[in-house]
Amino acid sequence: MNGLKRKDILDIQSLTTEEISLICQSARYFKDLFTRSVKTVPILRGKTVCTLFYEPSTRTRISFELAAKRLSADMINVAVATSSVVKGESLIDTVHTMEAMKADYIVMRHAASLAPHFLSKNIEASVINAGDGFHAHPTQALLDTYSILEKKGTLEGLRIGIVGDIKHSRVARSDMEAFKRLGARVVLCGPPTLVPDEFKIYDVDISYNLDEILPELDVVNMLRIQKERQKGSLFPSLREYHRQYALTGERLGRCRSDIIVMHPGPINRGIEIDHLVADSPNSIINEQVTNGVAVRMAIFYLLAGGTPLDEMEKV
Amino acid sequence: MAIIIKNGRVVDPASGLDELMDVHITGEIVSRVAPDIPVEPGCDLIDAGGCVVLPGLIDMHVHFREPGSEDKETIIGGSIVAAKGGFTSVCTMPNTTPVIDNQALVRFIKLEAEKGPINVFPIANITKGANGEEITEMGELVKGGAVGFSDDGKPVLSSILMRRALEYARMFDVPIITHSEDTLLSDDGIINEGTTATLLGLKGIPREAEEVMIARDVLLARLTRGRLHIAHVSSGGSIEIIQWAKSRGVQVSCETAPHYFALTDAAVEEHLSMAKMNPPLRTEEDRIAMIEGLRSGVIDVIATDHAPHLLNEKMQELEYAPFGIIGLETAVPLVISVLVKQNGFSLGAAFRPLTINPSNILGLGRGELKAGAVADIAIVNADKKIRIDDSFIISRCKNTPFMGMELYGSVEYTICSGRVVYSAGH
Repeated sequence: MNGLKRKDILDIQSLTTEEISLICQSARYFKDLFTRSVKTVPILRGKTVCTLFYEPSTRTRISFELAAKRLSADMINVAVATSSVVKGESLIDTVHTMEAMKADYIVMRHAASLAPHFLSKNIEASVINAGDGFHAHPTQALLDTYSILEKKGTLEGLRIGIVGDIKHSRVARSDMEAFKRLGARVVLCGPPTLVPDEFKIYDVDISYNLDEILPELDVVNMLRIQKERQKGSLFPSLREYHRQYALTGERLGRCRSDIIVMHPGPINRGIEIDHLVADSPNSIINEQVTNGVAVRMAIFYLLAGGTPLDEMEKV
Repeated sequence: MAIIIKNGRVVDPASGLDELMDVHITGEIVSRVAPDIPVEPGCDLIDAGGCVVLPGLIDMHVHFREPGSEDKETIIGGSIVAAKGGFTSVCTMPNTTPVIDNQALVRFIKLEAEKGPINVFPIANITKGANGEEITEMGELVKGGAVGFSDDGKPVLSSILMRRALEYARMFDVPIITHSEDTLLSDDGIINEGTTATLLGLKGIPREAEEVMIARDVLLARLTRGRLHIAHVSSGGSIEIIQWAKSRGVQVSCETAPHYFALTDAAVEEHLSMAKMNPPLRTEEDRIAMIEGLRSGVIDVIATDHAPHLLNEKMQELEYAPFGIIGLETAVPLVISVLVKQNGFSLGAAFRPLTINPSNILGLGRGELKAGAVADIAIVNADKKIRIDDSFIISRCKNTPFMGMELYGSVEYTICSGRVVYSAGH
């Protein structure tokens, strides 16, 4: 295989399992770069990466930005405070403008599901989805997968729990797809209002009882709970949510000693995860951030036609 | 002026006629339907060999956007599109700007339509300003030419107001046409709640948002003995409720649209906003329920819900794009391809919901093809394939998920009140 034979990274569904493995494998080489004093390589020299964020984000945007810069690309960062509708210019017009300025890669986050898919049908540049609505967040899923691989060596046969607001989570949708592809067994956990039965189509288990599933988990991914969901009566109070679904120190004590605790960030300490747990040796939350840069470098590298890095001693 | 239509297969769903016959038109009236009518000198001859000769089609649910959004469509422009689709009568929904809640506006539509090729029957609002608070001057509106009442685009949320509307409209013998949707339950959903919505991360509209409102509306029709017509039914569960109501003698009729028997919500993944309408495309089970509902007659009418939207509105993020697709030019091909060819409907059964049934519901006195009837006629070649593409669609808005499809059923001629108002390259 020579790089990724595709223009865009839109969701995990459209990637082959081989491509998922290839991205994770390549990410390891880029991560090794970070220990050097010079962390930059000239792979994307002369290419232009444009980040277009229609939703506020700090870590994902900075992670892409750093990945592009470490590959020597030119970076434009377009921060759109509000949606295209409010701004007055349509998404398609905004992106045609970027294309006219010869952007090679457009990294987009958007509050509307399928916005990057809509774009990819209408423009030449590569579109990398940095999160669309509730739909997909493929680079997060790839960095989560890579992070588990790094710690456990494989996902085959692992029991992975994803806890929280599954219904409104693009991370959950992309994660469960990626984890299952690599052979893990996934259980979703949260109240029925946030974990509808329809998720069974992903061939995953569903549990409403965190205490019941915790002891059997190799990995637990705690999702951020959006405080505004309470207004829609999806749960009655943050207090009750915390009682039922927060990963507390006491609950961690009843887990396997080698359980990996993950969180896509940003963390609501004291809501879905207690601060002692977030900072415990089981937590790889900060490692996920480091890995995110490496995985995104690997994606740029492979989209640019880069070959698998097995044979390369040094990049 | 006389026209003779020769060698066609005349199908009149009202009488059950389905035979090779000639049709003789004198002035605005069908003067004879019989075999081998001799050609008189001076009359126009239409050779309908290999074609089906139907009563002019009736679409009781279109949006012509005038007044207010003439950039999308106009009464005259929409009438030309309708004629091309085989329609000789349409009913315009009143969700224009301003809404059609007074007699002057009803008269404006009638006056404007006189310049166009076909009959336009306005539907006026149930409530003033379509705000769901007070009923309109229904008597004045009927005098002006309104044939029914609807706040289409939104439901009448207040049950007491719906009760009053059904009761009051009884004295005019016109139906209350409902957009049955519990908008609190649909909760800003975008597509059908189900597998596709889950996979694509889109907010779902549960079928129950439609069903609970239909259940309420048929119960209110039972209470009031009023006449209820339910617009754009999309869910199989709704059909069961309507069947229940009909079996108990409630005066209820209903319509579905061709897209509900042709597509499912799976189309959203490929066509994005072009497959976004309200109510949304549902599941295969619902699609089959629409076909069976039409077969059994629980569904009385096929109406297109023709809803033009500009390309720049549809070329947006799915969430922000407006609901609605055009339907006048794809209706006949979909009825022929899906109902007749794929599901074995007779031509009479397939076109009854587009002719005599809507005419009876609205008291239009049209939709029949027999001696003495108004000469509204559609001539269709059911075995000819057409390709839906940019040049086929003459509507100024081309928002349809059927773009690129090849279908059976070509409208060859449309005749309205004895005048040829459309012919396909003849």
